[in-house]
Amino acid sequence: MNRRESIRSIVLGSMAGSLVIESCAGAPEEVVVDKIWKHQYGRTPKEAAINEKLLAEQFFISHEMQTITTLAQLILPPTEEGTIEQAGVPEFIEFMVKDFPSMQTPIRGGIMWLDNHCNNAYQKTFVNCSEDEQKEVLDQIAYPDPNTKVQKQEVQFFSLMRNLVMTGYFTSEVGIKELGYQGNQPNVWDGVPEDVLADHGMEYDADWMPKFIDQSKRNDTAVWDDEGNLLT
Amino acid sequence: MQIIENDKKYDVVIVGSGAGGGMATKILAEAGLSVAVVEAGPFFDPANPEQQTQLKWPHQSPRRGASTSQRHFGEMDMAYGGWQLDGEPYNHVGDTKFDWFRSRMLGGRTNHWGRISLRFGPRDFKSKDRDGIGENWPIGYEDIKPYYDKVDKLIGVFGTKENIYNEPDGFFLPPPKPRLHELYYKKGAEKSNVKVMPSRLSIVTKRINDQRGVCFYCNQCNRSCQVYADFSAGSCLIFPAQKSRGQVDLFVNCMVREVTVNDEGRATGVSYINKEDRQEYKLKGRIVVLAASACSTARILLNSKSKQHPNGLGNSSDLVGKYLHDSTGADRMAFVPEMMNRKRYNEDGVGGMHLYSPWWLDNKKLDFPRGYHIEVWGGLSMPGYGFGFNPNALNEHLGLKVGGYGNGLRDDVKKFYGATMGMSGRGESIARKENYCEIDPTTVDEFGIPVLRFNYKWTDAERKQAKHMHDTFEEIIHNMGGIALGEKPGADKNYGLHNPGAIIHEVGTTRMGSDPKNSVVNEFERLHDVDNVFVVDAGPFVSQADKNPTWTILALSWRTSEFIIEELKKQNI
Repeated sequence: MNRRESIRSIVLGSMAGSLVIESCAGAPEEVVVDKIWKHQYGRTPKEAAINEKLLAEQFFISHEMQTITTLAQLILPPTEEGTIEQAGVPEFIEFMVKDFPSMQTPIRGGIMWLDNHCNNAYQKTFVNCSEDEQKEVLDQIAYPDPNTKVQKQEVQFFSLMRNLVMTGYFTSEVGIKELGYQGNQPNVWDGVPEDVLADHGMEYDADWMPKFIDQSKRNDTAVWDDEGNLLT
Repeated sequence: MQIIENDKKYDVVIVGSGAGGGMATKILAEAGLSVAVVEAGPFFDPANPEQQTQLKWPHQSPRRGASTSQRHFGEMDMAYGGWQLDGEPYNHVGDTKFDWFRSRMLGGRTNHWGRISLRFGPRDFKSKDRDGIGENWPIGYEDIKPYYDKVDKLIGVFGTKENIYNEPDGFFLPPPKPRLHELYYKKGAEKSNVKVMPSRLSIVTKRINDQRGVCFYCNQCNRSCQVYADFSAGSCLIFPAQKSRGQVDLFVNCMVREVTVNDEGRATGVSYINKEDRQEYKLKGRIVVLAASACSTARILLNSKSKQHPNGLGNSSDLVGKYLHDSTGADRMAFVPEMMNRKRYNEDGVGGMHLYSPWWLDNKKLDFPRGYHIEVWGGLSMPGYGFGFNPNALNEHLGLKVGGYGNGLRDDVKKFYGATMGMSGRGESIARKENYCEIDPTTVDEFGIPVLRFNYKWTDAERKQAKHMHDTFEEIIHNMGGIALGEKPGADKNYGLHNPGAIIHEVGTTRMGSDPKNSVVNEFERLHDVDNVFVVDAGPFVSQADKNPTWTILALSWRTSEFIIEELKKQNI
């Protein structure tokens, strides 16, 4: 049995039989297995069951998902570096509102507010507005008033959407690449690169240098004298 | 309900598998004793791919690393648990705000902690001599030094010899070079005459033995290291103990209710609930070693009521649960404009700070007792849930517009990446009898075991310390060319002092002393009232210094374990 099959057998077997049955109503079994296969990261059985349950549910209706996607595209328009679709932003937002139910009403209500506003102004829903019209609306809600502590609902709604879009994008594979984060892999740290030190007018103190790890000796087993002086 | 008795009688039954329990397991098993370790959570091995979160990406999770009800420090953090556990409540009396972090898994909280491994210094054991407050320990630095030395060599800790009286040097591995934001911190702190030195963390920067790997600098010690390059009680103590000549039986997912006693009032073992079948069992041992964490151990003792010990086991002094104290804590974040638009490179480093500041002042010139150390954080770290929130809020400091939409936001995020850093003060609070945990007669957990309730109030001693932390932070931030973010918390906010418990250094509930009237255990962590029960977690701490407790827990547990072996040899137990 390969790894994928073994995960299928876990899903269909002991782990959460009832959840699979429940999920059949919402999503085909294959989709559920795919989603769970994608999300293997050291979950306890209880955590895996929570994830599986949330992944099998659908909170937003398709019009809401369309609106969220349109908003996300306006917040971060596609570039060569990456798109919100490549970053999985809409499905991330769908998941987060199920995980943090307190976000459900502000977002669902915010979308209704947006459509109501657009219906009054342009006689159509937000997604059916032209890009210029959409931006006209966003210009009114995308800039928090620096002179108030509690922003108006529509401004809060947009800030929440912007937060979710930005974090969804920059925690994705394309977003992390665009950001330029280079870690999360085995590596040998040997200090800030020389050119960076120079750029910032910094240097390592000469009297400190002999104290730091000599990375060429890191695999030599440590031996000390009785006073705690390292000999190797 | 029928209580099922295990026929086997162990030499030692150890409750809890964190730092204290892990060390006792290793030393006692290697001496050839039969040991039962009872742990309330599941088995955990950081090398098990099914449990690993190390080197996972945020996008492997549908919530991108956000915290959950199951893991309060983020779902990649290796603590199964947090401030609340399903089915295991705790309560507060009056307006007490005490936060209690519990981790239910083999190795306990050692799987995710900051690995800050500081020895208490000579002054820390005798603080009352200095300022007349609190109580002295019955032991001094010279009693524990040999054990600190052994812990250093066994587990591995990096650091530098600094010859500071109250920050004793040890057997150090070489530390890693500082990161960029740490150099900014050093620049700012030294202008304020705040001492800065390489930190002391139990992370193996250089090979220490054949069983442990060497750090590969992923910055994720909080996820527990799959090559065992950081200290976790499972990988460094319990697994080696299982390979020793002794015999170690692990009872995981087993929640201890009480210590059982015979007619003479001596301990006979423990009773526990197996979480899998929800049945109650009894385990027999000649000796019981409690290491469930300071508050959980107090809870077990207070719940162990018998005809012989009507006030709870070891509680003739009525001090079990009293003198509970946690570190003080306050934090501040800074924006350093010079670090905007940074060149990218892999700056992960070890999981934690490469530099820190030990306490550097003389309290005679200050309006509060005791000190604190400063931890530093920041860098080009891996994004997780929350990264990118308020993407350009820092524009406020540059006279630029905040908010908006469109690809300018991409540039803002990249511009500010790595340009913020922060400082945390962690200090010594005063142990007070009035701060305590006790059994709440109104509430049980899902196993029917009465739970704890907390009584705890900070005083001006702690509030003034927090105020001093914030004053210092602002000065350092200014000196390094940074801008302190957020408002400086004032008196109305206790100067930003965290709730007691929040720093997760809770200690003192079974305090050590030579007089049975004003202490619970003796200098070998043995209950004054019962000669075959020992406490090897942070319960026996008389005072906790401005140091993290783990290294002292380990050293004391080793010392106590050797004492137990000697007593058994002499047939005194």
